[in-house]
Amino acid sequence: MRNIFLFIRRYFVFLSFVLLQFIALWILFKFNRFHRAVFLGVATEVTGGINTQVDKIDDYFHLHEENRRVHRMNDSLLNLLKNNFNPTDTAQRLVTDSVRIDTVTEVRRYLYREAKVLYNSVNVENNYLQVNRGAKEGIKDNMAVLNSDFSVVGQVVNVSPNFSQVMSLLHTKSRIPAMLKTTNVAGIIRWDAKDPRFLTLDGISKDVAVKKGDTILTSKYSFNYPPHFFLGRIADIKIDKSSGFYLIKVRCAINFANIQQVFIVENLQRTEQVELDKDTEKKMAQERRNSP
Amino acid sequence: MSDLVKNIFRLILFITVQVFLLNKIPFLHRFIVPYLYFLFILWLPFSTPRIALLFIGFATGLILDYFKMTPGLHAAACVLIAYVRPFIIQLLITKETTEINFHEPSPRGLGWGPYMVYAFILTFLHHLYLTLLQWLQFGSFLDFIIKTGATTAISMLLIITVELLIPRRLKYRTNTA
Repeated sequence: MRNIFLFIRRYFVFLSFVLLQFIALWILFKFNRFHRAVFLGVATEVTGGINTQVDKIDDYFHLHEENRRVHRMNDSLLNLLKNNFNPTDTAQRLVTDSVRIDTVTEVRRYLYREAKVLYNSVNVENNYLQVNRGAKEGIKDNMAVLNSDFSVVGQVVNVSPNFSQVMSLLHTKSRIPAMLKTTNVAGIIRWDAKDPRFLTLDGISKDVAVKKGDTILTSKYSFNYPPHFFLGRIADIKIDKSSGFYLIKVRCAINFANIQQVFIVENLQRTEQVELDKDTEKKMAQERRNSP
Repeated sequence: MSDLVKNIFRLILFITVQVFLLNKIPFLHRFIVPYLYFLFILWLPFSTPRIALLFIGFATGLILDYFKMTPGLHAAACVLIAYVRPFIIQLLITKETTEINFHEPSPRGLGWGPYMVYAFILTFLHHLYLTLLQWLQFGSFLDFIIKTGATTAISMLLIITVELLIPRRLKYRTNTA
């Protein structure tokens, strides 16, 4: 026993070093797998407070870009207004029908909340953004985040009471269901951690017609992302000879360096969808067990 | 100003510069992230106990980690250089002359040669460990080597710039004081 104490006293510094290394690595690997870490909630509140102050100054450097985006957005929305269109029949009158008389009622699926980006990085392999809406405003994990011109930014991975962390497209773990606008063929968008201007589109087989400049949108089959939102355009197409799939390089729709205002999109039916999915899986597993 | 207050100010300054200036530099290249914050650990006084060095390193790294959303990554690298620091100092410096006369490592105190070796070894270790941990998660071996080299070079450049621009006042420790 005495020898153990002597050993500990002799190598106290070294043992502390090993212990601290172990703690640090444990935090790191746990975070990489689950996006959870000790004190992360508290730390997010603190860094969020500081980032808010710095962001007030930082905003002025991106005003020009932001104005342009918002103006374009307004332009596209104005063009959708009903009174832009002349009815061909003079007896017709345009009314907005808000009373639902038939039984086929509509259910709201996506809810948009505006938010502001406080901190954002582009120069590492795993990039995150911090935004100024948190659990108090009803933000939850897995909500989609769109830029002010409605191109995709990423997905919420962690929330604290007043702030939330967003995993941007520029993250090695980011996987976004996407589709080609022309043919609606579905694939997966990810980032190869090389150039922040380009993404990779996987899972498009060789028999699908693609060409340079084709638009990539978010897929209809995603739980998190609303469909038909802009992801980017095809910049380069190569064919992987071994697998029969294309290797498609996509020019990213947004410049991640100057994101300012964003929308957080909630899929109000997500829980139901996810539960149904799990339920089906369970049922299928049961059936497989029952059938000989 | 007492050592404690001075170093707390330094820590705040280094973290602020790292988070809000250097991290926001548009990618020069995908390999290069300019790092400077660990100079705080290099500048700690000679008299800091080894065990305190470790914990200061851990805290410094963790603060940066929570800003960058990489919990544990920089903390691990900082603990490593905080642990190695006393050995390098022992190797490079003859105890009688420098450590008694000077308060903390600086190029004017140690001379540019030894100070650069001291800074280079710790910078290299820091980046080597940092990129190694990242490389375990993604990337190829070539990326790993280039990235270590490039980030070390850019950090050394920054350290030299800082040392030239901001000459710290040297406190001579004499018997009369």
